[in-house]
Amino acid sequence: MPVPSPISSVNDFVIRFANVNGSGSASANELFARSILRMGVPVSPRNIFPSNIQGLPTWYEVRVTEDGHLGARGGIDMMVAMNPQTWDKDVASIEPGGYLFYDSTKPMPSSKFREDITVLGVPLTAITNSTYTDPRQRQLFKNIIYLGALSAMLDMDPKVIETLIGEQYKGKEKLLSSNVHALHLGRDWALTNLKCPIGLRVQKADKVGDRIFIEGNSAAALGAVYGGATVCAWYPITPSSSLADAFTSHCKRLRHDPETKKAKYAIVQGEDELASIGIVIGASWNGARAFTATSGPGISLMQEFIGLSYFAEIPAVIMNVQRAGPSTGMPTRTQQCDLISCAYASHGDTKHVMLFPEDPAESFEMAAQCFDLAERLQTTIFLMLDLDIGMNHRLCRPLHWDENKQYDRGKVMSAQMLDDGRDFGRYLDVDGDGIPYRTYPGTHPTKGSFFTRGTSRDRYARYTEEGSAYADNMQRLLRKFETAKDLVPRPLQANAKKPTKYGVIYFGSTAPAMDEAIGVLEARGHQLDRLRIRAFPFHSSVASFIADHDFVYVVEQNRDAQLRSLIVNENGIDPVRLVPILHYDGTPITARFIAKAIGDHQDQLKVTPLRKVVS
Amino acid sequence: MTYIAKPKFQHPGLPKNDLGFTHRDYEGKVSTLCAGCGHDSITASIIEACFQLSIEPHRVAKISGIGCSSKTPDYFLGNSHGFNSVHGRMPSVLTGANLANRELIYLGVSGDGDSASIGFGQFAHSIRRGVNMTYIVENNGVYGLTKGQFSATADRGSKSKRGVTNSDNAIDLVAIALQLGASYVARSFSGDKTQLVPIIEAAIRHQGAAFIDVISPCVAFNNHTGSTKSFDYVREHNESVNRLDVISGRDPITVDYAPGSVQVVEQHDGTRLALRKLDADYDVHDRLAAMAFLQKHAAKGQVVTGLLYVDPDAEDLHAHLNTVDAPLNRLEAGDLCPGTAALEKINASLR
Repeated sequence: MPVPSPISSVNDFVIRFANVNGSGSASANELFARSILRMGVPVSPRNIFPSNIQGLPTWYEVRVTEDGHLGARGGIDMMVAMNPQTWDKDVASIEPGGYLFYDSTKPMPSSKFREDITVLGVPLTAITNSTYTDPRQRQLFKNIIYLGALSAMLDMDPKVIETLIGEQYKGKEKLLSSNVHALHLGRDWALTNLKCPIGLRVQKADKVGDRIFIEGNSAAALGAVYGGATVCAWYPITPSSSLADAFTSHCKRLRHDPETKKAKYAIVQGEDELASIGIVIGASWNGARAFTATSGPGISLMQEFIGLSYFAEIPAVIMNVQRAGPSTGMPTRTQQCDLISCAYASHGDTKHVMLFPEDPAESFEMAAQCFDLAERLQTTIFLMLDLDIGMNHRLCRPLHWDENKQYDRGKVMSAQMLDDGRDFGRYLDVDGDGIPYRTYPGTHPTKGSFFTRGTSRDRYARYTEEGSAYADNMQRLLRKFETAKDLVPRPLQANAKKPTKYGVIYFGSTAPAMDEAIGVLEARGHQLDRLRIRAFPFHSSVASFIADHDFVYVVEQNRDAQLRSLIVNENGIDPVRLVPILHYDGTPITARFIAKAIGDHQDQLKVTPLRKVVS
Repeated sequence: MTYIAKPKFQHPGLPKNDLGFTHRDYEGKVSTLCAGCGHDSITASIIEACFQLSIEPHRVAKISGIGCSSKTPDYFLGNSHGFNSVHGRMPSVLTGANLANRELIYLGVSGDGDSASIGFGQFAHSIRRGVNMTYIVENNGVYGLTKGQFSATADRGSKSKRGVTNSDNAIDLVAIALQLGASYVARSFSGDKTQLVPIIEAAIRHQGAAFIDVISPCVAFNNHTGSTKSFDYVREHNESVNRLDVISGRDPITVDYAPGSVQVVEQHDGTRLALRKLDADYDVHDRLAAMAFLQKHAAKGQVVTGLLYVDPDAEDLHAHLNTVDAPLNRLEAGDLCPGTAALEKINASLR
């Protein structure tokens, strides 16, 4: 087999760092990604980490993409192999013609390398040990030293990295200068001893614009701050814990009374997910905006309360950062696998609203919107994030807030309205939208009190097991769900350049990979109209989009085609018309995967006309 | 019974409290529990306590779980909002409600199945957080609605109505509450209203986690010979450590007490509790001694009742969280939303 020539690419490659969990590599790796961003070149980094605190392998992957493809690409052009434990697999995963950067302090047998890649050895341990004596310093600065060497290989501007180090250690001059020193140790060694730059290079560009770099969990938490959440109850679970942590730190900065220093929020770490959702429901019942953050196993535990929220009509916001299930599943891997368990959560006939953000910017907006929807619809609203959006820094448009926006507190009857003689029936639909009025506890001395219960009741909240009153109430709840269809974010449609009989439906974190795949498919001659679903229940445009096409691909990150099932179930669509494209190995879906799956299916459809064969 | 309307007519001579309310203003719907149920006596005691304290009924939020006991909030304070939530989950719902509005009075009503079995964890954690509430367990040792199974508070060796002997050890909720730091702990008996009413009054006035275990015999399933939660058994084995009088406002203590037999405890809100000691050595401020006292008497088969522990200067969850004085549910966008200028700064820091 001929040896492939080394990959040559400017501003378009994938580099992966193989590290040991807890070795302090994360901040050096993030510094690497941020430096490229500062050079005006978009990046899309991803953490691939174990459910462990220290010792197990962890990877950090950076896709450098001047064209701005922010989905995972698949394939690795350069491996920074810092973990002996995963060496063989890491080396094997490099694309032919790719690069291997390793610590060459200890000699390695040639059998440990590959012929078809470029090997770049830097004696990192030797450099580190000859400079530092403290073991902790050795560990941390080794990371900065490899970053320095890498900057030489990739032709990165060291000034940019120095500026970022300067911002990070502002006011801590000693740390600042020692980090810069370490950076140059590595850089100088590489410049002196290796042929720099290599075939992969970063060149200054102007493709980042005013975009920001933020994790979805942090953005969603900020959305909760802007959306007026005052009570947060949560139980630690990967990958949602950082959402509650971010809410805490945002609130510390943004939500203390400037004079009294007192908190305009209450955060409780519950004893479990049941207590967390119970606290949310108690607070919402009493007129505060409240939410919890959790993941699949937490949703399973919250089922009974979610049914209460549906039936007794109490607002609640649940931010579900999805991870691979079932059971404990793969706690640190991504999936979109809780659609069914959230859409129909709890026993009996129930349906719940879900929002699907595609990135951190939308996570921010939708998180805030959840609280308006929860109070307007008086029910549970799910914000369906996933690990890929939640726990990775993603380049996205700046967060936006309308200065004049007021919160929609929904239908709440005040003491004044009660005094004016308004008829108050807690479960009485006065205007046909299926949504009744509620009162907050303590509103009025003699009017408007009612008994909230999970048992059946009539329109005036009086307990009853009368079949007709029960059915009347259940039908009103359906009417309310109809109302929701026009309140939730609408699907966004983008049509192919040429008219086409085929469409594709997708949602959430699949968006960047889908956008990229469309380009690949067009290049192969396949035209597809696109519909990005942003909420459940589905707006009427979902059904019409399907009706307008011969068949539609439904791309999602789970095994059982859960979104497709919801579409079939809720819209009465013939399942044959919806072709499932499913990715569920726990890694983020890639454009390569989508383009291949859809492309192969499309190719099968290309039947050569009979006449042509005959002639 | 929602289908039986109580007449609105009131006798003009009914006694009125400081707010001009009669007992009728503190009543709820007609009870659907069995005739003679201990829970109805507790309901009556709650009504009496709220009447005596001149509480505005609508300023109370009454929250319960599921079970016979949890039905009772419908039978008192008809002008209060009530919430019959999920089995064993009253404490979390109450905690959330309390966080949303610190100005209301929170009355949590639960049973032994609700608090000692399915909701044991929630009971424990609401106590350890110091939620400002009055948490009443109507404790009968059985599951009534499902026809008489033992609950986790049933004593080992006690007999069910069907003749089965309980082989599991009992959970003493009072002992657990003490261990977890409840700042007001009491036990009483539904058949002893004179003891129970002031205990409820003082608990409502207490600014912290107040826990009351009320032994409340189940006339249908647990009032027979061999039961340790029957009327007869509790009467015979009641070891009352004190009697309580609650003195609100600046009224002088006018009741005549034998010298040296009364201890006055002033709570944070100014209410004074006059304790008539029945056990001369019992100290309501000594948590450790209270725990030992309970264990010692339980071993003898006695049911210790009275105010068992009080910390008059307790702190509650809001103090721990340093929340603003205004109820969180009253804050609006102007108070809560940091605005676009702050967001621009955040955006800039993320580039």
